[in-house]
Amino acid sequence: MPAVSMTVNGKAVSGDVEARTLLVQFLRENLRLTGTHVGCDTSQCGACVIHVDGIAAKSCTLLALQCEGAKITTIEGLAAADGPLHPMQEAFREHHGLQCGYCTPGMIMSALDIVRRRGNDLDEHTIREQLDGNICRCTGYHNIVKAIAAGAKEMGKGGTTQQAAE
Amino acid sequence: MSATGIGAAVRRKEDFRFITGQGQYTDDVVRPGETRAVFVRSPHAHANIKSIDVSAAKAMPGVIDVLTGAQLATDKIGNLICGWMIHSKDGTPMKMAPHPALAASKVNCVGDAVAVVIAETVGQGKDAAEKVKVEYEVLSAVVDPAKAQAKGAPQIHPDIANNTIYQWHLGDAKATEAAFANAKHVTKLDIVNNRLVPNAMEPRAALAEYDAGTDNLTLWNTSQNPHVARLVIAAFVGMAPEHKLRVIAPDVGGGFGSKIFIYPEEVVCLWAARKLRRPVKWTSDRSEAFLTDAHGRDHITHAELALDGNGKILALRAKTIANLGAYMSTFSSSVPTYLYATLLSGQYDIPQIYCEVDAVYTNTAPVDAYRGAGRPEATFVVERLVEVAARQLNLEPAELRRRNFVKSFPHQTPVIMAYDAGDYNASMKKAMEMADVKGFAKRKREAARHGKLRGLGFSAYIEACGIAPSQAVGSLGAGVGLWESAEVRVNPTGSVEVLTGCHAHGQGHETTFAQLVSERLGIPFDSVSIVHGDTDKVQFGMGTYGSRSGAVGMSAIVKALDKIEAKAKKVAAFMLEAAEGDIEFKDGKFTVAGTDKSAAFGEVALNAYIAHKFTGAELEPGLKETSFYDPTNFTFPAGCHICEIEIDIETGKSEIVNWTAVDDFGTVINPMIVEGQVHGGIAQGVGQALMEGAVYSAEGQLVSGSFMDYTMPRAHDLPSFHVGLTETKAPSNPLGIKGCGEAGAIASPAAVINAITDAIGTEELAMPATANAVWAALQRATPRQAA
Repeated sequence: MPAVSMTVNGKAVSGDVEARTLLVQFLRENLRLTGTHVGCDTSQCGACVIHVDGIAAKSCTLLALQCEGAKITTIEGLAAADGPLHPMQEAFREHHGLQCGYCTPGMIMSALDIVRRRGNDLDEHTIREQLDGNICRCTGYHNIVKAIAAGAKEMGKGGTTQQAAE
Repeated sequence: MSATGIGAAVRRKEDFRFITGQGQYTDDVVRPGETRAVFVRSPHAHANIKSIDVSAAKAMPGVIDVLTGAQLATDKIGNLICGWMIHSKDGTPMKMAPHPALAASKVNCVGDAVAVVIAETVGQGKDAAEKVKVEYEVLSAVVDPAKAQAKGAPQIHPDIANNTIYQWHLGDAKATEAAFANAKHVTKLDIVNNRLVPNAMEPRAALAEYDAGTDNLTLWNTSQNPHVARLVIAAFVGMAPEHKLRVIAPDVGGGFGSKIFIYPEEVVCLWAARKLRRPVKWTSDRSEAFLTDAHGRDHITHAELALDGNGKILALRAKTIANLGAYMSTFSSSVPTYLYATLLSGQYDIPQIYCEVDAVYTNTAPVDAYRGAGRPEATFVVERLVEVAARQLNLEPAELRRRNFVKSFPHQTPVIMAYDAGDYNASMKKAMEMADVKGFAKRKREAARHGKLRGLGFSAYIEACGIAPSQAVGSLGAGVGLWESAEVRVNPTGSVEVLTGCHAHGQGHETTFAQLVSERLGIPFDSVSIVHGDTDKVQFGMGTYGSRSGAVGMSAIVKALDKIEAKAKKVAAFMLEAAEGDIEFKDGKFTVAGTDKSAAFGEVALNAYIAHKFTGAELEPGLKETSFYDPTNFTFPAGCHICEIEIDIETGKSEIVNWTAVDDFGTVINPMIVEGQVHGGIAQGVGQALMEGAVYSAEGQLVSGSFMDYTMPRAHDLPSFHVGLTETKAPSNPLGIKGCGEAGAIASPAAVINAITDAIGTEELAMPATANAVWAALQRATPRQAA
C-alpha cells in the first residue's frame, strides 16, 4: 500500500493507505479524528468539510493520497485542548446553531471559509447562499445563520479572518 | 426565574462535545478486532431468488464469511415484527407478512438484503459483495398504493389477497352520512400526501459484539429507543434473552422517527458477531439509507367537509389508502390509523367524523412514523378542506376557522380524543398580528407591480402528543405501554444523576432535564448529569418520539423528585432533631418550621449515605428513587402558522417571504430549545410542501435515491421564522407541558399549499409544489399568462 504524509491540525502524520482511501476515511479511521462526519456519498451534504491548506474542501471527495504534503485542519484543530473555543464554535453554542450535532463540524468549517472569502460582516442572504454545500436536517438553518453572522463579527473583533488556533 | 431554571434559555450542556468534534456516534465507536458488514441488496423491486452463489465472494481478500438468508433461517433467527395490532372493520386482524432480516426466497423491494459479507475492511467487503452471484426471477412490481388493490396487481405476499393489510375505520358512518345529507355546502378534495425520506444526517449504523466468556451480546446502534430495540430483538427475533443483550444508543445524529424502528441490519450484525466471534459493524451509506430507512407519509385521500348555511362545519369524512411498503415496519400500522384519523377534528367542533383507511403493501421501502406521524397527514386534510371551503363560501379563512373553533374544554371529539385545554383563537389572533395580515392586501398589490403573485396561507393545527396513556393505547392495539421512567440518584456529595428512559438525538435533554432538577432541588445546574441510551445503565424506558420526552419523561422525573424530597425530609428530621412534618424544603435548604435550624441539600444527601443519625430500623440509608409515570391523557399542542409566499409568474418559483408560527406548547422549559424545535419542524414541512418527494418508477426503482435527486431544504430555500407562543397548561401532567417536537412539521405543509393556491387561484395543488408544478398549475388556472 502506498504511504502518505501530511500535517493534520499542526501535527505531522503519515500512514499506509489503499490508493482508493478517501481523505475522510484516513482522518476518521487511521487518525481516529472522528469529528469529521460522513452524511452522504455524493458530495452534497458537507458533514465532512475540512480545510486543506486553509481552504474548505469536502474530505469525501479527496483521496488521501491527493493530500500528500498538505496542511489539513479539522474541527478538532480549531481550539487548543486547554484553550478557549474558536469564536465560531462559541457562536454556534451561544445561538443554538446545532441540535443533533452531526452536521455541525462541517457547518463550522464551512462558516470559516465563508468568512475567509466574504469577510466579517455577513448579511443573512450571503450566508444562506454560501451555505449551499451543507445540509442540516434539525435546525431549519435559522440559528445556524445567526451563529455564523455573530461568529464572523466576533472574529473581526480579533482583527482576523483566519481560522485555526493550531 | 433563576438563570438555569424552568423557563430560562440555558445554553446546552451537550454542545461542547459537538462543536469540538468529540461527539461519540455509533460509527465513531471502535471495538478490538472489529469487522465490517456489507450487505448484498436486491436490484429488483420484486423477484424470486432462484439461487445465491457466495463461493467467489468468500475467496476474496479480507473476507471472513458471507452469510445468507438460508443460514439465518437455519439458525432460527426470527422475523422482524410490527408491534401494533389493527383490526379491520370486519374484525379480522391485520395481515402481517413475514419479514426476515435477510430474504431467503423472495425479495419485495429494491434494497432488500439477500446476503451479507463480513470482511476486514469496508472496501474489501464491497469488492466481495460484487462477487456474490444472485439469480433472480424478476416479477412485475406495484409501487402505487392506488393500484395495489386492483384486480391483477402483482401479489406481493403469498397469502395476502389484494395486497391489503387492513381495511379499518373510525367514527359513525351513518350519522356522518346523515349530516352530509343535510349540508348546505360540501367541499371535496383529492389529496396526495407525498412520500418522504427522513434523511437524518447521521446514517443508521450498528456495531455488535459477542463476549463468549459471559455469553453476552452488546449492540451499539442509532436508536431513538434502545430498550424497545432490546425487547423486540430478544422477545420476537429471539436473538438472545433480554438480560444477555445490552443495547447502547450513544450520540445519535437525528432521528425524526426513522430510528425508532428495529431494522434488519441490527439483527444481522448481532447474529454475525456471535457466529464469527468478532465484532461486526455496519454503517449505512446515504444510498442505502434512501433504500432502507423507513419512509414517511404516502397517503392518497378523498376528503369531504359538510357545512351549513352559516359556515358551521357539520361533518367530515375521508377515505385514505396508506402505503406501508413491502413489509410492516415496527409501528407502521398505527400511523395511518390511531395517529391519523383521531386528529381529523382539528381545532374544530365537528359533530360527526367518519374515516376509512386501507393499508396496502407495495414493492417499495417500508413506511412508518416520520416527524408528526399521521398528524401531519390529518392536519393537511383538515386545513386544506377548511381553507378551500372558506374560499368557496366567500368567507375569510380566519373567520371560518373562528366560527368553528372548539371553545370550551374538555371537548370530546367524535374520533376518540378528549381535548383538555387550549385557546385556539388566541394563537390565531396573535399569529395574525405578528404576520400583519391586515397589511397583506397592500403587499399583494406591491408584489403584483413587480410581476409576482402573493398568497397567504393559514394552518391551525392540533396534534396529540405526550404519547401515551398505556391503558388507552393498549385498548387500541399497541403491543407496549407508553409510560416513561426516571431514576434520580443523589450522590453523597449532593450532585445528581438522572437516568431517563427517554433518548436524546438533538432535543437537548441533557440541558432541559437538568434545568428541572436544578430548580426543583435548588442545586447548581452543573451538578446534574442526565444519563440515557444504555440498557445496562438505565431502567426500562420507552425512548423518544411523538413529542413525549417533556410531557411524559419529565413527569417521571418530577415523580421521582417527589420521592427524593420525601425521603430527604425524613433524613433532615433526624439531622435537625425535629418531627418530619415540621421539615420544609425550599431553594435547596431544609428548615424546621418556626426555627432557624436548617440543613443544605448536600448535607442531607451526605447524611442519607453515612447514616449516622438514624438506625437501619428507623430509615433505610441512601437517596435514590425511581418512578414509572403513566400519563392520564394525551397532550394537545396546537397553534396557528401563517405562510406568506411570493411566486414568480415566469418560472413558478415560490419564495417564502414571511413565516409566522404561534404555538401553545403549555409550559416551556427552555424557550431557546423550543424555538429550535419549531424552526426544524417547519423546515421539514416546507421541504415536504415545496421540494421533497420519494419517487419510484413503475418498475420499483427509487428514482430520487440520493441528495442529488431528492431535494433537501437548504439554507437558501428557507426564510428566518417568526416564532411566538401562547400558553394554556396541559392539565394532565404535573409540569403542564404539551410538547413541541413535531408541531412545525405538522402545521407547515398546509400553510404552504394554502398560500400558493391563494396566490395562483387554484383549489388543488399536489405536493411537492415545485416551480415546475406551480408553473403548470398557473398555466391551467390562467392560460392567458402563458407566454
